[in-house]
Amino acid sequence: MAAAEKYKSDGTRMGNLLEWLDARFPLMALWNDHLAKYYAPKNFNFWYFFGSLALLVLVIQIVTGVFLVMHYKPDASLNANGVPVAFASVEYIMRDVPWGWLIRYMHSTGASAFFIVVYLHMFRALLYGSYQKPRELIWIVGVLIFLVLMATAFFGYLLPWGQMSYWGAQVIVNLFSAIPFIGPDLAVWIRGDYVVGDATLNRFFSLHYLLPVLILPALVMIHLIALHEVGSNNPDGIEIKKKKDENGKPLDGIPFHPYYTVKDIVGVIAFLFFFAIVVFFMPEGGGYFLEANNFYPADPLKTPPHIAPVWYFTPFYSILRANTINFFWIDAKLWGVIFMGLGVVIFFFLPWLDKSPVKSIRYRGPLYKTALTIFVISFIILGYLGILPPTPGRTLVSQICTILYFAFFLLMPIYTSLDKCKPEPERVTG
Amino acid sequence: MSCDHSVDCGRRRLLVATSVAGGVAGIAAAIPFVASFAPSERAKSAGAPVEVDISKLAPGEMMTVEWRGKPVWIIHRTKEMLEGLEKLADKLADPDSKRPQQPDYAKNPYRSIKPEYMVAIGICTHLGCSPTEKFKAGAESGIDPSWPGGFLCPCHGSMFDLAGRVYKNMPAPDNLEVPPHVYLSDAKILIGEDKKGA
Amino acid sequence: MKKLIIGLLMAPLMAFAAGEALHLDKAPDRSRDFAALQNGAKVFVNYCLNCHGASFFRYNKLKDIGLTEQQIKDNLMFTAEKIGEPMTIAMRAQEAKQWFGAAPPDLTVIARARASEFGSGADWLYTYLRGFYRDDSRPTGWNNTVFANVGMPHVLWELQGEQIMGPDHKLVLAKPGLLSPADYDALVADLVGFMVYMAEPTATFRKELGVVVLIYLAVLFVFAYALKREYWKDVH
Repeated sequence: MAAAEKYKSDGTRMGNLLEWLDARFPLMALWNDHLAKYYAPKNFNFWYFFGSLALLVLVIQIVTGVFLVMHYKPDASLNANGVPVAFASVEYIMRDVPWGWLIRYMHSTGASAFFIVVYLHMFRALLYGSYQKPRELIWIVGVLIFLVLMATAFFGYLLPWGQMSYWGAQVIVNLFSAIPFIGPDLAVWIRGDYVVGDATLNRFFSLHYLLPVLILPALVMIHLIALHEVGSNNPDGIEIKKKKDENGKPLDGIPFHPYYTVKDIVGVIAFLFFFAIVVFFMPEGGGYFLEANNFYPADPLKTPPHIAPVWYFTPFYSILRANTINFFWIDAKLWGVIFMGLGVVIFFFLPWLDKSPVKSIRYRGPLYKTALTIFVISFIILGYLGILPPTPGRTLVSQICTILYFAFFLLMPIYTSLDKCKPEPERVTG
Repeated sequence: MSCDHSVDCGRRRLLVATSVAGGVAGIAAAIPFVASFAPSERAKSAGAPVEVDISKLAPGEMMTVEWRGKPVWIIHRTKEMLEGLEKLADKLADPDSKRPQQPDYAKNPYRSIKPEYMVAIGICTHLGCSPTEKFKAGAESGIDPSWPGGFLCPCHGSMFDLAGRVYKNMPAPDNLEVPPHVYLSDAKILIGEDKKGA
Repeated sequence: MKKLIIGLLMAPLMAFAAGEALHLDKAPDRSRDFAALQNGAKVFVNYCLNCHGASFFRYNKLKDIGLTEQQIKDNLMFTAEKIGEPMTIAMRAQEAKQWFGAAPPDLTVIARARASEFGSGADWLYTYLRGFYRDDSRPTGWNNTVFANVGMPHVLWELQGEQIMGPDHKLVLAKPGLLSPADYDALVADLVGFMVYMAEPTATFRKELGVVVLIYLAVLFVFAYALKREYWKDVH
């Protein structure tokens, strides 16, 4: 950015303070670069709310989390009434701590809200090609954020120490035992015990605090700095920086502040309205946000009849289960793990798989539109099947969907180069 | 608020209104978080009033019960002990219990409801140690041949008499606190509450 | 291609088709009926609290369903000294395991734990407590329609009487109990209502507060939207 002009006091006390601060800290430069003189395309639509909403949910999760930690106890031993201390401490928060129930429901709802918002944010990138050059790094950091988010959610899900917490962690940690040679030892090392136990609970608690409080905010900052370096994409997928006025301001750009701050506030309030509906009227989220089985304390001797991960993991869980065939010299279990891992990792390569000359879905041809539709449908079906216990019919469907899921990525270089794109407009179309 | 031509009045009014409404929402959202610091139901239950049976407490002896995690002393004072209290006035910092360290019904020369039973929180008003019982009078106490019996704080040497009143020129500024209490019967005291039943 | 899309659309239906269904009777809603909840509390304390604890539920919470502290102390508080203590039991888990084969679970949140795709936790409890029938092959002499080979005997049998499994897999009342079937159902409904309350005592307040929050957010939305419109009228 251009050498920033320093703030000059208008003679008021507040002005003097600002001048003093700005002489010692790039206050105005930061304000201008990221808000007041950051020119965003004026044609952002509905899909562009989810970035700021993701940031909001991160803040909600950190604030509620900090308050929950003040009462939660990561302890798998049984209390005098034969209930694990960790489980009892969650009920303690729900009943005995003043307003604890609200703080806890905000946190448990926030976990699901985070994934809803982030999935929609990612879908926006697929719609408008926001991962394409020059925004590859923003996308890569975004996928990293998604990975850390999944890890955080996974660690956090163990903490209530209910049946789903326990057996979910048991199954996922055991995935690592599929890795040849070191697998079984690795699984023991992750748990710190031969089963999921007190040691596991304590390390998951530690990591559940570390990742979102330290790593996530750092990644989010990199994500935003990178975004503000190259500028935002938009629903037309054209670069607004190509058309500037005599002052060097993009013709189709408007300052983020105040235009998008006031607009995002509207989005925030609308989001909070739906968030409050869940928190106050259906905190279990129909059994998807808080699973009924998790109201049983963890019992290492008894697996509940249906165990399924929380809904936001189920698409990947389905991919894991879909593979039932041994091929080459590797068995089905390991292939399942590999495919599940690839299912996430493959997102990193998206900027280089897409050969399309245009970014936005508005100017892409029928091939990409069809591919994206099939991809989204198979993702949803995979997610849905992941909740249900497997049957031969369901396994077949999930195998088909897994193939379609990967086909979206692997065939992308072919269908995006063949696609008949429409010409992009010179200026954004609103 | 001034409203000249250089600013858009309608816009400013809307901005202020929205900010105020949003600020109220923000404060309302902060309430649960601030309130969550208050004692929980468990702490309240543990800190609930304690019933004490004093029928077996012999004259000249004391017992300690726990209320809200603090030691509460019940001292069964003999006639001699009570007489001794009256002679101490000029050695004490607050002999007439003028400072609010006791409920009104204990604001009397004996600092108690019934003269023979003293109820006090056994926490030194200096820095919170629990004073030691030194009931034996005179040289035997190891303090001073003129010692009439009382309490000595092991941490910084503050001395209290058998009514929990602090001596002059001690680190502790105030008399020991008398908790709210009530006699449920001759043999039963409820510590932590003034009124019967509630 | 067409077949594939149809296959994908059919997938959810296919998925639903499998798996066995559990039929549950709908439990009546007692959440705003204090008399029923108080009756349920009495039944719970008298019949359940001997073997099952409710170790997260404090006796003084019963004040929220209209009981006075004195009423709680005199009529309901058998397992604790102080009104603020939780409903724990003296039976130790180890001994209980020897007697019953499994330790009777803590029941504080059972009404939430029993929820499933077949119905709410209340529905399950309501069906379960009315679904005991005589089965001589079981050590306790009892079996249950929704909890096969249940370890718990039928604690309320004197009230309900004895049911047997009829030839068409329908329960038949073989020996009447102290209560008529309708009265027994009402008693179980009260008990289940109390257990739902116990599982989340703040539920009623939560919903009341929710209404206020939603109304306020709706108003705030109008303000914020007007402000956005005001600023954006400059953008062309």
